[in-house]
Amino acid sequence: MTEIAMPRLSDTMEEGVIVAWHKRVGDHVDRGEVLVEIETDKAVMEFESYESGVLRQVLAEEGATVAIGAPIAVLGNGSPDSGSPDPAGGPARPAAATPEAEPVTVDSAQRTATAPAPVPPAQAADRFRASPLARRVARDLGVDLATVPGSGPGGRVTRADVVAAASRATPAAEPTGPAEPTGLAESTGLAEPVAPERTEAPVAPRGERAGVGVPARPGRQWDHRRPAGVPDEPEPPREIPLTRVRRVTARRLTESMREAPHFYVTRTVDVGELLAFRAQLNARTAAAGGTGKVSVNDLVLKACATALRAHPEVNVSFAGDKILAHQRIHLGMAVAAENGLVVAVIRDADRKSITEIAAESRELAGRAREGRLHAAEMSGSTFTVSNLGPFGVDSFTAVINPPEAAILAVGAVREVPVVRDGALVVGQTMTATLSVDHRALDGAVAAAFVRTLAVLLADPLRIVA
Amino acid sequence: MPVITYRQALRDTLRAELARDPSVFLMGEEIGVFEGSYKITAGLLDEFGERRVRDTPIAEEGFVGAAVGAAMLGLRPVVEIMTINFSLLALDQIVNHAAKIHGMFGGQCRVPMVIRTPGGGGQQLAATHSQNVELYYAFVPGLKVVAPSTPADARALLLAAIRDDDPVLFLENLALYNVKGEVDESAGPAEIGRAAVVRPGTDITLIGYSRMAAVAVEVAERLAAEDGVDAEVIDLRSLRPLDRRTIVESVRRTNCAVIAEDDWLTYGIGAEIAATLQEGAFDWLDAPVRRVAAAEVPLPYAKPLELAALPSAESLATAVRQTLDAVARRR
Repeated sequence: MTEIAMPRLSDTMEEGVIVAWHKRVGDHVDRGEVLVEIETDKAVMEFESYESGVLRQVLAEEGATVAIGAPIAVLGNGSPDSGSPDPAGGPARPAAATPEAEPVTVDSAQRTATAPAPVPPAQAADRFRASPLARRVARDLGVDLATVPGSGPGGRVTRADVVAAASRATPAAEPTGPAEPTGLAESTGLAEPVAPERTEAPVAPRGERAGVGVPARPGRQWDHRRPAGVPDEPEPPREIPLTRVRRVTARRLTESMREAPHFYVTRTVDVGELLAFRAQLNARTAAAGGTGKVSVNDLVLKACATALRAHPEVNVSFAGDKILAHQRIHLGMAVAAENGLVVAVIRDADRKSITEIAAESRELAGRAREGRLHAAEMSGSTFTVSNLGPFGVDSFTAVINPPEAAILAVGAVREVPVVRDGALVVGQTMTATLSVDHRALDGAVAAAFVRTLAVLLADPLRIVA
Repeated sequence: MPVITYRQALRDTLRAELARDPSVFLMGEEIGVFEGSYKITAGLLDEFGERRVRDTPIAEEGFVGAAVGAAMLGLRPVVEIMTINFSLLALDQIVNHAAKIHGMFGGQCRVPMVIRTPGGGGQQLAATHSQNVELYYAFVPGLKVVAPSTPADARALLLAAIRDDDPVLFLENLALYNVKGEVDESAGPAEIGRAAVVRPGTDITLIGYSRMAAVAVEVAERLAAEDGVDAEVIDLRSLRPLDRRTIVESVRRTNCAVIAEDDWLTYGIGAEIAATLQEGAFDWLDAPVRRVAAAEVPLPYAKPLELAALPSAESLATAVRQTLDAVARRR
């Protein structure tokens, strides 16, 4: 028997959400086969089994949030038929291997006096854990322990979990608050008219009081039915749990705004020639039988890479007591995915051709929208481009993606009257606004960078030069 | 009720028993002229004379053996061994003679003797003078081992030990001698083998003896103030016989327990308590029983290392909080 624990799939991951099991209990699993899809703080990733065997038990249902290292499944040997997930009847193990019976911690010289209590040993149980008291209470309340998520260390089911499960199984008891261990039957407050704020008050599942690796309960269903005759009660706001991506975005961008003093440099760029160049490039590619078009954004990305080469002082990070000057240019590209903002990274963008960048950005953006980027594809950028032009935005300022020193916010292309050679003509422009971390860069440097960028975009042949 | 020190309670009790029963007498190193290394026998030589308060050579096996013989012949010797560490020199007399004679010789005679001896570290007396080896005696059928943690219990248990007809090892603790508490001088002897619920509570059971019982009470009060935790504290008071009923009944109510002991963890007193709990309260346990004990090293002399190696209120509080968190009991 092997317990499969929630893997660490990204550097910043602390917990993962089970998106979909690819195998069911009793299924055979080959080493390397996809077992489960897991949503990390950044992406949904497929988790492949490290060994072959039969899936004996699924310990975390789809939608469950599980801390890194906590068990999510048990893989066993033998034929699929013998794989009944019977909690009490699992294959016998020698008593000596019972995890908590062993005072494993005392390694004479290394330990100090503080709490020399047995640390739960590494995940090695072949049956789920429940305290003796939880088992007894489950018998008394008629709760099937196998259906109760455990909130104790290592997923151990405690009495609080059983009582909470029992109260969930008694629907009448639910709206009035957390049920107590006894008297469930009496707490049917529904016969009475119940004030709306009472029915809709969020009720924390009892198990969450533990605060120790508590798996989140499945999303709460909000009951907006109100008693008749109370027409004008204000609707309370609906609570939407944060997705992993939104949580990370909130944390990192708050950190950015708090720590990095931002200033902004905006320039209107003449992109008439850029558009003509792009049209010509795409037409020639198509004529030559090539597929895939180059977008304005691809050209902006390439121009940024070239400009960063000319201004290495922008390709930096502020690091407390020093500046880190990055030797390579990895461009981040902000993508609005369904579940939030992600930054896909094009590595060594300065060494790639426009068509390479175009192909890579298209492919990355596509997978980013589906939440299928790998963690490595979303980390390590040294400068980021955010383009809201496709949404018709004239100009905007972006929050720096830490630990980078600058981010470029690109607006939409507009036909505007411009003065050219003393005459008023119709020109095409867009705005580029650079947000800059003033700890790392000063205004003159930022302005010089933006000027180089404007020159490149106005004269696109120099981008590819 | 007068408030006196643990030391004073012991001295007053010895004095009262010497006065009450002419068969009671004291023996030990430096207990007469020097009045005892820890001044428990202060003034007793002057009051009762050399026949009743006898200084001995530095020869533990000899004077413990002499006490065994005196007890067999009807006297009630109260022997002081300067610290429990030196009792190892008398191990054969205690384990093979005092403990066995009544059973081995068909009950022809009893051995009504008391060995008073302090244990405990924390005084920078280094590894050989800082041990907690009461377990060696609590292990042996035929002996009784008591370990008071308060002045009142020091008195009540010493009375009981002197009046008991079997050999009793009376464990004192260097860190407790100056502890003060109310002592009812009219109270009778304690019942050997009965633990005390010194602080009733509902959330968790803390079990200790001697110094760690006092620490457990302190921790319980702190957790009540800081965490709103209502901890029950049990002072074992007697290591043999062990009051299994009291600890099992408590844990059946609180569903979790932490044991505090000054001795080493492995094979220690706490291991016996934990075994008792899984036998008697298995279906009532909501979390594994945890033990807080000394680091498994010969106790260092250096003060910071010595403190780090000994169990503390802090380490006990941490273990209690972890246990309560594991059962979602702490708010």
